[in-house]
Amino acid sequence: MTHYLDFERPLAEIEGKAEELRAMARQNEEMDIEEEAAALDKKAATLLKDLYKDLTPWRKCQVARHPERPHCRDYINALFTEFTPLAGDRNFADDHAVMGGLARLDDRPVMVIGHEKGNDTKSRIAHNFGMARPEGYRKAIRLMQMADRFGLPVITLVDTPGAYPGKGAEERGQSEAIARSTEACLQMGVPLVSVIIGEGGSGGAVAFATANKVAMLQHSVYSVISPEGCASILWKDAEKMREAAEALRLTAQDLHKLGVIDRIIDEPLGGAHRAPEDTIARVGRTLTDMLSALDGKDRATLIAERRRKFLDMGSKGLAA
Amino acid sequence: MNWISNYVRPRINSIFSRREVPENLWTKCDSCGTMLFHRELSENLNVCTSCGHHMAITPRDRFRALFDGGVFAEVAVPEPVADPLQFRDQKKYPDRMKAAQKATGEKEAMLVAEGEIGRTAIVATAQDFSFMGGSMGMYVGNAIIAAAERAVERKRPLVLFSAAGGARMQEGILSLMQMPRTTVAVQMLKEAGLPYIVVLTNPTTGGVTASYAMLGDVQIAEPGALICFAGPRVIEQTIREKLPEGFQRAEYLLDHGMLDRVTPRTKMRDELITILRMLLREPPAVKGDLPAPEPAVLEPATPPGDTPEDGADKT
Repeated sequence: MTHYLDFERPLAEIEGKAEELRAMARQNEEMDIEEEAAALDKKAATLLKDLYKDLTPWRKCQVARHPERPHCRDYINALFTEFTPLAGDRNFADDHAVMGGLARLDDRPVMVIGHEKGNDTKSRIAHNFGMARPEGYRKAIRLMQMADRFGLPVITLVDTPGAYPGKGAEERGQSEAIARSTEACLQMGVPLVSVIIGEGGSGGAVAFATANKVAMLQHSVYSVISPEGCASILWKDAEKMREAAEALRLTAQDLHKLGVIDRIIDEPLGGAHRAPEDTIARVGRTLTDMLSALDGKDRATLIAERRRKFLDMGSKGLAA
Repeated sequence: MNWISNYVRPRINSIFSRREVPENLWTKCDSCGTMLFHRELSENLNVCTSCGHHMAITPRDRFRALFDGGVFAEVAVPEPVADPLQFRDQKKYPDRMKAAQKATGEKEAMLVAEGEIGRTAIVATAQDFSFMGGSMGMYVGNAIIAAAERAVERKRPLVLFSAAGGARMQEGILSLMQMPRTTVAVQMLKEAGLPYIVVLTNPTTGGVTASYAMLGDVQIAEPGALICFAGPRVIEQTIREKLPEGFQRAEYLLDHGMLDRVTPRTKMRDELITILRMLLREPPAVKGDLPAPEPAVLEPATPPGDTPEDGADKT
């Protein structure tokens, strides 16, 4: 059962009808519906193309949050071999909103770290919907520093609504953990590359994405605040999220123009959730590409370039 | 006394000097409600003389009280691109900026200065909550980088006073990028072996807390300051339960190991001098030798708009 977003409703109707016809035909062999069903398929394909041709920023947020969008675990399973998860922050707990460990990408050993949202009610709760607590950031810091000691490149896959706003998280230093994670990113003498695969939610995202190279999937978003949060503060009305999404410039396309990200990875027609394998393969190629561009650079250069990149960021606005 | 200060004194004032006196001679304490005479209040650095509640103080007033003799030089901050996203909510961002500039008389939400405290040369930077909630955008990022660069250049410690609701939404992703940018600034100080002291004031929240404001060598907070990543309202909505008394206040953070000290504003200057001189391996300050800020230095040290350029004095 495909999950349709609200703006995909017309598409759901057509695809539903085609499916109904085919189901009827399976029961009654004399019926010849193939022509009619094919026409509906064609109509659906045109509509899909139209819908995704020019997604508004708010619709991109919806696509980025699509429950069937491939998540961190899907990428790790498909792209890496010998993935060996490493757990715990050695202080308090293991945060399941963040997964990470040693793995090989094209046989090359790397450290891979990412937010995992889960894909059904049970796993979503277990992964806290991808909202990390301080332990998640502290685990990531530990893994990054380990990678740095052993000269392994680090890959981060970002997909979080934001850091978890909870009582315990605050008491255990959510802000300090995020600040230290960003600091750890900046101190690494090994290549650090990052892909925003879904939602890049504020500080919780930047703590992993302060990287030498940052890529974004075509319909992923990256923002200082969620459109709903922004709308409730500036418009005093959370229902104004469409306007807020527009104003925040949170799409991959705008962020590329602003020089905040380095590249955009195209998604298959209809979004990553319609062709997860294809999407994952595209991300894999980009990761290999970004890493090989950093090959041969020494520690000092990697650190200096990463710093320079962020210090220079924002020197031109959208108008430029 | 309360009855007199709350009722009789304002009444008498209103009868005798309705014309001459500005209306804001008296300030009501947000916490205990006592009416406080403005001169007494500003001499006490906007700390309520009755209950000790810390009210907001502008960076300029803070620096006048902090630096020896109230003398400091402003450090220039590189101007960022104005309104980089052409942001518009119910108002246009440039209009909000103009309103904030008019209301505060300041250009932006952060002031960088250098001078001496207890004969120790430092660079200091302070955030202005009255300017769009002290929010961190490109300018604040540039200010912190400028402060760190100046500190490194002159081999001086940096003292940062934070006060902000968080990132400036009107600069979108570019405000978020100030988290890594300011972290680079902190790293410059650490590599140069220079002390970086953060004084967290009410309120310090969001992306500001999750970057430069939590990376100090020594973390001091003013009493009662709200310090958090996610604000209490957001948390209450998420977990649907009442938060404990004093949650996310300075004293609560101290108890949870997130701060080194909670120090009243009136003792902050002495404490900063003590800590800095030890970190710099200098001999103890001789208290008698310190020109404590006289009430007179709370008056503008230099006429507004005519502040000495950076490095013009005290170097």
